[in-house]
Amino acid sequence: MPEIVFDGVEKSYGSVRVLPPLDLTLHDGEFTVLVGPSGCGKSTTLRILAGLETLSGGEIYFDGKPISALEPKERDIAMVFQDYALYPHMNIARNMSFALRLAKTPKAEIDAKVQRVADMLNIGHLLARKPAELSGGQRQRVAMGRALVRDAGTFLFDEPLSNLDAKLRGKMRTELAEMRDSIEKNMVYVTHDQVEAMTLGDRIVVMNEGVVQQQGTPEELFKEPRNLFVAGFIGSPSMNFMEGALVDIGGEMHVQGAGFDLPLDATTRTRLDTATDRNVTVGIRPSSFTTDTSGATVELRVIVAEYLGAQSVLVTKLGKTELLVETQSTAPFKSGVTQSFGVNTDEIMLFDRSTGLRL
Amino acid sequence: MKSTLNRLTPYVFFMPAAVIMIIALFYPLLYMIWGSFRRWSPSQQIGETEFVGLRNYISLWNDPNFAESMGVTLKFAVSVVTIEMLLGVGLALLLDRNIRGMSVLRTLFILPMMIAPVVVGLMWRYIYHPTIGTFNRFLDTIGVERVDWLGQNALMSVIIADIWQWTPFIFILSLAALQSLPQSALEASRIDGATGWQQIWHIKIPLMMPVLIVTCLLRLIDAFKVLEVILVMTEGGPGLSTEILALRISRTATEFRELGVAAAMSNYLLILLMLLTAAMFTYTKLQEARANRLRMAVEADD
Ligand SMILES: Nc1ncnc2c1ncn2[C@@H]1O[C@H](COP(=O)(O)OP(=O)(O)O)[C@@H](O)[C@H]1O
Ligand SMILES: [Mg+2]
Repeated sequence: MPEIVFDGVEKSYGSVRVLPPLDLTLHDGEFTVLVGPSGCGKSTTLRILAGLETLSGGEIYFDGKPISALEPKERDIAMVFQDYALYPHMNIARNMSFALRLAKTPKAEIDAKVQRVADMLNIGHLLARKPAELSGGQRQRVAMGRALVRDAGTFLFDEPLSNLDAKLRGKMRTELAEMRDSIEKNMVYVTHDQVEAMTLGDRIVVMNEGVVQQQGTPEELFKEPRNLFVAGFIGSPSMNFMEGALVDIGGEMHVQGAGFDLPLDATTRTRLDTATDRNVTVGIRPSSFTTDTSGATVELRVIVAEYLGAQSVLVTKLGKTELLVETQSTAPFKSGVTQSFGVNTDEIMLFDRSTGLRL
Repeated sequence: MKSTLNRLTPYVFFMPAAVIMIIALFYPLLYMIWGSFRRWSPSQQIGETEFVGLRNYISLWNDPNFAESMGVTLKFAVSVVTIEMLLGVGLALLLDRNIRGMSVLRTLFILPMMIAPVVVGLMWRYIYHPTIGTFNRFLDTIGVERVDWLGQNALMSVIIADIWQWTPFIFILSLAALQSLPQSALEASRIDGATGWQQIWHIKIPLMMPVLIVTCLLRLIDAFKVLEVILVMTEGGPGLSTEILALRISRTATEFRELGVAAAMSNYLLILLMLLTAAMFTYTKLQEARANRLRMAVEADD
């Protein structure tokens, strides 16, 4: 279970630069999730770590030892691929035992290990089948099992749930979360799905275009995003953004924009080091709107109400800007009606409009 | 009424092709089978010939020359296919990588296959020439004793020429098979700790197997019918040492003027090839059946 350090790791394909110098530390025994939109370089990062791709620059250290010259098999890793990558011509037992057989492990030990992992993943009855004889969910488990059978120091997962249907994905997510607590290994998990990242990660690394935007616990990322990208990416439904300006109204700081004028609370105010008249991007989470209109309010025109069960998401408009509002379904809303919504002003986030950084 | 017509439509479109097929394929075939039961010299119309029953077949069965020719053919076919498979697959495994200039190299490799067999024969006859041939002149320069290529070692020489010409066929098919292998399975095997050889042995070869088996059978069928290159190089000699079946058939028809016997010989070859084809067909059928069974199993599970 090494500590893994990326030190200025770069990757280019020809003239296409996929990873600008990347610095990243993955702590021992932690479940780290790399999350970001498709094509941002998550898989590339993972494949470099696995040794399937060569570095174009920089170095990776396992417990201080440089490893970029090592073959994948010398890195003590196990990996679960997005498309499972099972060996089509071997049955499940042989798929799972392949690495152990190459390592010349005694047969009795192999059988015991395979049986134990197979039972843990509920695939014990499938051991004699070939991969083509399994459903998607079963193949996914086998892929997981093949990695778990090995006592590798580091486990890598590349979007292992993305080929499953929504229901199965939810189920596997829960099982993975359970497994995470029972296995004390380094795990690096790549996904584009922020819900998966939030559920599974001890620590989440948000990437965009090869650049690490922020890393931290799920709560830190949700409550204290460092920039516009992280704020918009983490959280579901995603954060609303509006253009506004900071104005001083009788000694009180307000943020104003087309159709809204919201007072800022003391904490937010102290965060702002600079004076008024500054152009900002205002971020308000859908959950920051309330039906309690005793405080600050905005007038929103309801376009559609998306009923999700106990909760509803309202798609509303403020002038031309579309805003999402999360409410209890008990309060009925009619489409086309303009209505007042309260805003929890202490949850408002302000971002510099040019740099995108949180103020 | 309308629906009957509709059902017949495909057959109507199918008819011209079917008629041409029957005339072009089955007519000569039936003609040959019919002829093989007759005593038939090239000067005779088939109507004027005498029906002899199975006599042509039986006499062939007891003819030591035919047996010899059959033996030469078997030796030739088995040797060339074995060596070509090993070389072709080996080369494919070696050249399955993305290095600059590899596509040019691959094109060069398949050139021999594109040369007309007669030209190949002439070329090799020159290379094997006892005094001015490339090989023997080379042996002279390095001071090694000359080899009697097309004399005492005729069969071996013919086999070498065939290997030169047909290894590329197996090479390109194997290469295509290799490049369509699931890349992630190979990557998984690298992470699981497989060395290059173990990847070849445990992953690549087993996954290429269906293509390799079909390639092997195709090549085997072809090797049994080889004619031009050997005709040009040795004309079957010396003695009967390189007289493969196709050559003997043509000689029986033209030199010995026994069309009936030649036809019977062709039929023996045809039966042999049909057995091979049937083997290939059975193999693909088995594969399909297996694939179907798998699909059913998966559907039942989901
Ligand atoms: N072999 C390759 N050649 C060229 N570009 C590649 C290659 N592999 C990946 N890329 C590019 O690198 C970028 C990052 O890819 P990837 O790491 O797979 O993204 P992610 O896994 O985050 O979706 C993408 O823009 C992709 O097009
Ligand atoms: Mg990816």
